[in-house]
Order: sequence, then C-alpha cells, then structure tokens
Amino acid sequence: MEFTTRGLWTMLHGMGFGALYLLAFSGALIELYRAKSGDTLRQESHNSVFLRYYLAAMAALAWLAVLSGAYIVYPWYRAAAPAGTANLAAFPQLLLKSSPSTARWHSLGMEWKEYVAWIAPISSTMAAAIAWRYGSDLRSFPPLRAAVFNFVVISFLAAALAGFTGAMLNKHAPVEGGRTVPVLRGDAR
Amino acid sequence: MNRTGATSTNGAGAAAVLAAGIGSFVLGVGDVAADKSPALKSFFNFYKATGPLSGVTTVAIVAWLIAWALLDRRWRNRDVPMARTNAIAYVLLGLALLLTFPPLADLL
Repeated sequence: MEFTTRGLWTMLHGMGFGALYLLAFSGALIELYRAKSGDTLRQESHNSVFLRYYLAAMAALAWLAVLSGAYIVYPWYRAAAPAGTANLAAFPQLLLKSSPSTARWHSLGMEWKEYVAWIAPISSTMAAAIAWRYGSDLRSFPPLRAAVFNFVVISFLAAALAGFTGAMLNKHAPVEGGRTVPVLRGDAR
Repeated sequence: MNRTGATSTNGAGAAAVLAAGIGSFVLGVGDVAADKSPALKSFFNFYKATGPLSGVTTVAIVAWLIAWALLDRRWRNRDVPMARTNAIAYVLLGLALLLTFPPLADLL
C-alpha cells in the first residue's frame, strides 16, 4: 500500500485540517451556547478558558486548511499540461474540463470552494479573538455572543461546502503524483 | 446598552465582528472583480502557481486586518449599538456568500 506525496498533502488538507475543523464545530456551538447559561463563577471561568483555546484551535485549523489548500494542493490541481499531453490524470483541472459530465465540478465546485472557504478562518479568528478578549464576560453581551455564534455557524457552512466539493473533486479527478510513499509492505494474498 | 452588568465595553467585540464582515465582503468583491476584469485578474496574480486566488485572498485579509485595527482603535473603550453593527456585518457576510457563488456572480 502506498501514497503519493501529492495525495498525502491533499489528505492532510481535507481529511486532516478541514475535517478536524468540521468535527470541532459542534463542540464550539455547545460551548458558545453554554456561555449564556448561569454557571457558577468557577465553572464559568473554567468554561471560558476552555472556549478560548477551543476557538483558537479551530481558527488555526481553518488557516492551515485554506493555506495548505491554496498554496500546496491548488497549484497541483491547476497545473498546465505540456502541449500534446494525452493522459490528463496528473492535471485534475484539465481532466475535469475535458468532459461535459465533469466540467461543472470545476466551474461551479472548485470556483466556489476556492473563495468561500476563506470565510471560515476569518470568522473563526474573529470568534477566537472575542473569546480571548471577553472571556466569561461574553455572557454579559448577548448581541455580541449572538454575532460570534452566527459567524461560527456560517463559517461551518462555508467549510462544509468546501469540504464536500473538495471530496467530490478529488473523487472525479484526484490530485496525485510526486514521490511514492510506501505505507504497508507485504505480499498480496 | 446591550449588556447586563459587565464592566468592559462592547466596542472591541463590535470592531472584530464588523471587520470580519468587511473582510468577507472584500473577498467576494475580489472574486467577482478577478473574474470579470482581465486587468484585475492579472493584478491579483500575486503567486503564479495559485493564480488570482492568491491576490484576492491576500487583499481581503489585509483589508480585514486594517479594518479591524482601525475600528478597534476607535471603538475599544466605547459601547456601540451592537444590533446595528451586527446587522451591517450580517449583510456584508451574506453579500460575500452570494458573490462567491459562481452562477450569481456570472449574472453581474
């Protein structure tokens, strides 16, 4: 069993940073919801510290996802093929555009995903910054807490959309190539 | 005001919320601009391997951070009308979502 370096980076981008961000979303929602409840002072302080680190970790994951996507995986995706190239397997964008049945995955899927995904790090950084600044005082500012909550929800939707289209794109035209990395060696049965 | 007993003001938070809306909106506008104008598409090509995406996102992030710094400096020690700030931020965020959706952007 083996992976290519491009395949590994694509997995790290989508199934590592991106999927972890999406998994973290439900926890953030619960903590933000709890931020309005009347916990004891000690619980409140503990929860606000947890929320600070949790949202900061989510923001870091969102940045890692978009930066690895835009600057490591996307250049491989949009690479130009030398003239006369018949096998487009190493050129995912061209491969998708070569068939009417897959062209929309690029013109709609990738063209939406590549921009909308950036709303996630902007929104989650804002949420983390507010959690750090206000801590347990956030419960005293209901409209501010609501804004943080709503931006986190929108950032999840943007990331989920990017994640879904990324998975579909990689299904129809996987980003592969580069050095081969063996993972498990053994005889076939 | 919009609070129920805390000692700090809502200004710093409002600045962060509105700046996030502004940054997202600039992202959406940049996406459409790069798509519609060959000159802007070329301008946004900050990193050739990534294409205009590199410039649009860099400009949006810079705009977001500048807006955040300026608003924070102005509002840090004040209470601001949070409902209005939120409404503006939501509209900007909504427009960003619409502008990044290719079929809608194609209609412009």
